[in-house]
Amino acid sequence: MAQKQQDQELLQYESRIKVPYTWSVGEVGSRFLMELKENRKIWATRCPSCDMVFVPPKKTCTYCFSDIHEWVEVKDEGVLQTFTVVRYETPLIPGKPPYIIGIIMLDGADTGLVHLIAGVPHDKVKVGMRVKAVFEEKRKGHILDINHFKPI
Amino acid sequence: MNGVEDITIIGVGQTAIEREKPADTFADMAYEAVTKALDDAGMSIDDIDNIVTTSNDFWDGRTISSMAVNDAVGAGLGKNITTVEGDGTFSAFYGMCRILSGSYKNSLIVTHVKGSISDNIHITNGIFDPIYMRPIGLDSLNTAALQMRRYMAKYGISEEQCAKVSVKNHANALKNPYAQIKKTFTLEDVMDSRLIADPLKLLDCSPISDGAAAVIISGEESAKKHKNAVKVRGVGYCADAYFLGDRDLADANALDMAASRAYESAEIVDPLSEIDVAEVYDAFSYMELMWYEGLGFCAPGGGGKLIDRGVTEMDGKLPVNPSGGLLSGHPVITGGLIRLIEACLQVRGDAGDHQVKGVKTALAHGVNGACGQSHCVWIVGR
Amino acid sequence: MAKEKTAIVATGQTHHRSSRLDVNGIELIHEAVTRCLEDGELTIDDIDAVVIGNMDHFEGINYVDTWSIDGSGAFMKPIIKVTTGGTTGSTVGHCGYHLVASGMFDKVLAIGWEKNSESDTTAAITTAFDPIWDRLVFAGAISGLAVEAMAYMVKYGATEKDAARVAVRDRKHATNNPYAQLRKEVSIEDVMNSPMLSDPIKLLDVCPRTDGACAVVFASEQYAEKICDRPAWIHGISAKHPYNYLGDYDWEDRLPSMQMASKELYAKAGIKEPLKEIDVMELYLPYSCAGLSWIEALGLCGPGQAPKLLWDGVTDMGGELPINPSGGVIATNCIGATALLRISEAAVQVMGRGGKRQVPDVNTALASGFGGCFWSDVTLLKSTKPK
Repeated sequence: MAQKQQDQELLQYESRIKVPYTWSVGEVGSRFLMELKENRKIWATRCPSCDMVFVPPKKTCTYCFSDIHEWVEVKDEGVLQTFTVVRYETPLIPGKPPYIIGIIMLDGADTGLVHLIAGVPHDKVKVGMRVKAVFEEKRKGHILDINHFKPI
Repeated sequence: MNGVEDITIIGVGQTAIEREKPADTFADMAYEAVTKALDDAGMSIDDIDNIVTTSNDFWDGRTISSMAVNDAVGAGLGKNITTVEGDGTFSAFYGMCRILSGSYKNSLIVTHVKGSISDNIHITNGIFDPIYMRPIGLDSLNTAALQMRRYMAKYGISEEQCAKVSVKNHANALKNPYAQIKKTFTLEDVMDSRLIADPLKLLDCSPISDGAAAVIISGEESAKKHKNAVKVRGVGYCADAYFLGDRDLADANALDMAASRAYESAEIVDPLSEIDVAEVYDAFSYMELMWYEGLGFCAPGGGGKLIDRGVTEMDGKLPVNPSGGLLSGHPVITGGLIRLIEACLQVRGDAGDHQVKGVKTALAHGVNGACGQSHCVWIVGR
Repeated sequence: MAKEKTAIVATGQTHHRSSRLDVNGIELIHEAVTRCLEDGELTIDDIDAVVIGNMDHFEGINYVDTWSIDGSGAFMKPIIKVTTGGTTGSTVGHCGYHLVASGMFDKVLAIGWEKNSESDTTAAITTAFDPIWDRLVFAGAISGLAVEAMAYMVKYGATEKDAARVAVRDRKHATNNPYAQLRKEVSIEDVMNSPMLSDPIKLLDVCPRTDGACAVVFASEQYAEKICDRPAWIHGISAKHPYNYLGDYDWEDRLPSMQMASKELYAKAGIKEPLKEIDVMELYLPYSCAGLSWIEALGLCGPGQAPKLLWDGVTDMGGELPINPSGGVIATNCIGATALLRISEAAVQVMGRGGKRQVPDVNTALASGFGGCFWSDVTLLKSTKPK
């Protein structure tokens, strides 16, 4: 085992795991993302048993495990349930901090959508405020086809 | 009771929790924890008939991360072995079941992590769904902030009440030789610390840490008479929905369910009165308040008042995290197993300077996933 | 003896494909779970706890236990993740067994899955090996297996044709299995003429990459016969993972971990002559030559005698001890599910639900798992209750 000798220089080996991924969106998710892309509309699925409306859509119900086949359109606006103003830089999204992440309950949906909030001073964001989706001009079938949600 | 009354924990071992252990490989850390646990139990590796290692391929940067420690924990000796990926409280549960099944007599549970060797943001972003949540830039910090805000908004909890957890746990850590951060912080220090993601501040967050821990669980009749014998009285675990928008982040429903199962087995009806000390998964200050509620120490939304009244201070009715908790050192994966070790030490009266007086029943708690999605609760006692 | 006698009472699997773009990982898992519940005429409410496993770096999902809830049905249930590389599926199966045998739960759902189409399998497997010592010089899974095959052939005089006989058998058996990914018969010549990957392993000697999932329900004695008229009772398990560095492995001996595991298992179950006493085996044979040296490790014949057993047809359908009626791993390899599929297929044989791939009158079946650094897991199932 390790000899922690005082005079022993301790080496560290730098590396990086490089594994490319191509995740399957699946039939259900693909329809949702294509609706964002082609029609700027947000579609959800509704559970036939417990009536829950899921955004993003689900093929099966989280709560009662039923298969879901029904699609319903929900509004592109809703209520901000919670948010945070992120103050640190992250390699995961473009742009400099601070930026705002929130969970939005869209009108007609029963589950919240996690997304970016912008177009508002950081000290004016409030839980319970109404926000609306701002779509990208050039869309590609991606969750960021909605650029962000802005207060109404 | 499901037979857990036959189960005892007779050996515990942990490394010091440090920001970085540059001299130690994973195997070195695991070997240290295992050796300490064997010494504590007065056993040799020959007495161990099966092993449950616990690791995470993302944190370790290695698929089949157990390969890094197998030799150091005795797998090379041909012992039956398995690996749980997740918090150590869950792997300890499986280790216990391997005994209860009649397959084995003594389970060695080992956990390790080195938070220092990689990047927390990338690794915890990997917890989230790649299609809908990762592109938003989610990680363990900003999602905790979302939960903290939701919890404060729903129940009128203040940032100061959350900050009090940090003050309390850091003060407790001063007396724990294994703790990573040993420094006194005032309420003002916490409130004035750097904003990470509103309302989360630096001193609301647990640090990045390296560490390993091991416990030995026994089903042998003779173990009940062992000088260290701590009886398992109940264990429960439970998971909530995955997508952050699928649950009300202000409520710890899965913890409530996990605790109910553990309490039922331990025949606990009034946890606040019947439990003498608790070690809970305080990855962030506000979480400890939420866990008070999930564990039934108070009603939903009552966590703020409980800390205000000093109930969970060292001299309170139910001291929580006398070790200093995760806020004073947070090796992921290992975190919950250290809670279980601390609970055992409290029951044994071996917790040293952070010993709570007269402990008969102790609670330990571990978490998997983001925002406390999956919980495991242990009740141990004399 | 086990506190609770435990049996497999239901199984389910996806129709395995090289790529399933129509479902994401969660939905793929759901498919196997639903089929398993249907097989046992159960609903998700009947399930007390869930255990799941895969290999993280194949899909890049951290904390698969918490991520998979919509597929596994573990919402507000206990769920735990276990994973040990290629042996993940048997590790999952063994965990399901222990959770029920412990008396803590009556009905446990065990799930193995992988969506290998989502990443570069070789790049991901390479990260299994020590980053400082092994990773830079030893890429992926095939090179290790090739070295093992070469050592066996040189020491015992077995040939590439002998190995090809294994591939021919498994690929033929796969044509009977509606769930298998590759269902095409091949000849010895086809195998011998297929492109060389890493001497002496050729393309048709090895397993494919697969998107697939498998689910199994373990139940306690109180429920087993109510759910299934002929449950597959677990009579013993063993898991041996003695090597971790490639240089430590004894390349000349025939899979020592399998020798250790099977020896321990046979002792537990009182088996003295495995070839005679076991009716069918579902073995994790990721490449053809394993079907020679590893069945020697299982004690089916002496050192170097496996080729004769193969050519005599002993391990074919209709032979004394059919191996891999499902077509095995050479036909389907969704890695985290693969070893659970072996347990599941062994259970299917005991239950008598194998359809075209059913071996007649199976009372005793053995399933194996392989992975990590030449590790072996074994499971023994019988139609009779353990004493």
